[in-house]
Amino acid sequence: MAGRPGGAPPLPRERLIEGLDNMLNIEDLHATVGGTAVLKGLDLAVPTGEVHAIMGPNGSGKSTLSYVLAGRPGYTVTRGRVTLGGTDLLALAPEERARAGLFLGFQYPVEIPGVNNAYLLKAALNAVRGQRGLPEVDAFDFLALVRAKMGLMQMPEGFLSRGVNEGFSGGEKKRNEILQMLVLEPRLAVLDETDSGLDIDALKVVANGVNSLRSPQRSFVLVTHYQRLLDHIVPDRVHVLMGGRIVRSGDHTLAAELERRGYDWVGEAA
Amino acid sequence: MDPIATMTETAPLETLVGRQYRHGFVTDIESDTVPPGLDEDLVRLISRKKGEPEFLTQWRLAALRHWLTLTEPHWPHLSYGAIDYQAISYYSAPKARADAPKSLEEVDPKLLATYAKLGVPLHERARLAGVAVDAVFDSVSVATTFKERLAAAGVVFCPFSEAVRTHPQLIERYLGSVVPYTDNFFATLNSAVFSDGSFVYVPKGVHCPMELSTYFRINAAKTGQFERTLIIADDGARVSYLEGCTAPMRDENQLHAAVVELVALDDAYIKYSTVQNWYPGDERGVGGIYNFVTKRGECRGRNSHISWTQVETGSAITWKYPSCVLRGAGSIGEFYSVATVNNYQQADTGTKMVHIGRDTRSTIVSKGISAGHGQNAYRGLVKILPSAHGARNFTQCDSLLMGGDCGAHTFPYVEVKNPSATVEHEASTSKISEDQLFYCRQRGVSAEDAVNMIVSGFCKSVFKELPMEFAVEAQNLLAVSLEGAVG
Repeated sequence: MAGRPGGAPPLPRERLIEGLDNMLNIEDLHATVGGTAVLKGLDLAVPTGEVHAIMGPNGSGKSTLSYVLAGRPGYTVTRGRVTLGGTDLLALAPEERARAGLFLGFQYPVEIPGVNNAYLLKAALNAVRGQRGLPEVDAFDFLALVRAKMGLMQMPEGFLSRGVNEGFSGGEKKRNEILQMLVLEPRLAVLDETDSGLDIDALKVVANGVNSLRSPQRSFVLVTHYQRLLDHIVPDRVHVLMGGRIVRSGDHTLAAELERRGYDWVGEAA
Repeated sequence: MDPIATMTETAPLETLVGRQYRHGFVTDIESDTVPPGLDEDLVRLISRKKGEPEFLTQWRLAALRHWLTLTEPHWPHLSYGAIDYQAISYYSAPKARADAPKSLEEVDPKLLATYAKLGVPLHERARLAGVAVDAVFDSVSVATTFKERLAAAGVVFCPFSEAVRTHPQLIERYLGSVVPYTDNFFATLNSAVFSDGSFVYVPKGVHCPMELSTYFRINAAKTGQFERTLIIADDGARVSYLEGCTAPMRDENQLHAAVVELVALDDAYIKYSTVQNWYPGDERGVGGIYNFVTKRGECRGRNSHISWTQVETGSAITWKYPSCVLRGAGSIGEFYSVATVNNYQQADTGTKMVHIGRDTRSTIVSKGISAGHGQNAYRGLVKILPSAHGARNFTQCDSLLMGGDCGAHTFPYVEVKNPSATVEHEASTSKISEDQLFYCRQRGVSAEDAVNMIVSGFCKSVFKELPMEFAVEAQNLLAVSLEGAVG
């Protein structure tokens, strides 16, 4: 596959069916939000080390899928099975999922006034490290680590001492999401519309951040509306989500085709 | 006045039940308790037991006679059952094994064990932290440390009852000079029956060499606590006083009506910090302390400065307005407060800043946190008298809500009688949202840790006013009292 700097070759397709070596495995997932069925039998397998994009029109269930994976209260799974590295994800509380290596990059990161950006990030890092059996980082090591990642994300130093997302611009919020991801080094990162609201320069910075973390041990699910993010982060697979199900899958050229022909075409074809 | 913020939103936040009150236990020490009831004979008995001079006996009796003409106030934003003042025992003293202990080694070991359970290893903590502790157990002080060092500096720090014997002229001069016995229902009751408390006198030009600290604890059943504290900082003196409280678990309400008076003379500075952690009642609102406290400081001298800092997490009912009377020209009054209510706790707290002298300044920072079915009211008065040319006040009053069943209310009163005065008032109400909690949880931080983080951030501007060791304690206390408030 193209665009996999340093990545391992993709796993043979047939192994997906068993799902044993997949980072993420979703089978027949049904979920409701406020009593309305949104996901209606979704199947998806993301092998370890791969980047998959999920595209689809508004209201197709993309964000719902992200929230269901992360365990957001109010998003109810009515049927199906989800595993993360073989672990039953749906049995875990949201914080346990995070500690197990699931990271959700939010489409609209919330502001938490009064809580220091660095403080939350350090608490998060130590929570994740605790799960991995690692000791807590001390303040100096933490700062050194975060500063290095901030350089990559082209973020100013003062950023750390501000309240979490407090008064951040849309672009700053998205950079902060990626910064958190870089520090926490998740096994699976689900990035929900990370490209929305970014100008082209910011998009490149965000894409660089994501690409820097690509590795044979890590998987990504990019939820996006448009192809432009996929020009910078080239996915191994592209899936089209419509009506609560994956209706079509292909390689990265599918994204370009969607861009050209729109989603109606997929709907008709499906 | 109408509340400017009342919580009505029905958010999907679920209210879980907090942890059991950690300090809920009763120590089995024989108490010397008088039968319930209140009359002149009782007042004379208390005064006689304490060997008080005649002027004090008469002062108590005058207070009692005045109290009998008063009715309990019902203007606060609080609701509770009627208190039967004749069903309360007004005096309780732990029985000493022999005479009064002269050192910690002589103190009843059970009592010391109690402090240890409370996390207050008296002698160790005192020595390590360099803090003198005047430990009040029930109503009588049983141990006083670091007296010698304080005495060398000329600072008097002792139980109130001792000061009555050793410094009667100071007591006679200053007692009731800030909070007269006619002041209000609860202060008047206290004046008649007060049991003990702390007395501090810092002489001219002396900077008290250590933080002064007192731990109060209510222990005997059905015993009202009526502490009386008097702190005087003479010209140019400085003192920082810490007060921390815990109480054992009880399934009945305990009345507490303390009075604290502060007097700051020319250029004097008094910092009074409180962490209040009395039993708040259980998760259904049963039991808990009724805390009706009158705290007031008078900046009597020029350029004097009084600063109140309080962290209120306990009590079923809190009625408390630590205030400053800014009489001296250029004097400064400050009030920094965090008040937390959870389950069925109710708080009506705030301050009064009365500007009398010219160029007087006051600052009020109030942070109210409401969770569960708690009701939290800020009530504050800023009064600028005609004489207070150039007076300035800044008030910031913030409320934080958790869940859909609690309430936050703000009752600011402003009276300005001098056109050269500047008064500013800022207020905000915010809510810990599901979105914020989920965001933190998605980063691996538990909901409770997330709440603590948000609350700590909210309270930062008050916590930084606390002495260091208290700031840590306060933060822990807040975490404990809000534990399980959101899930």
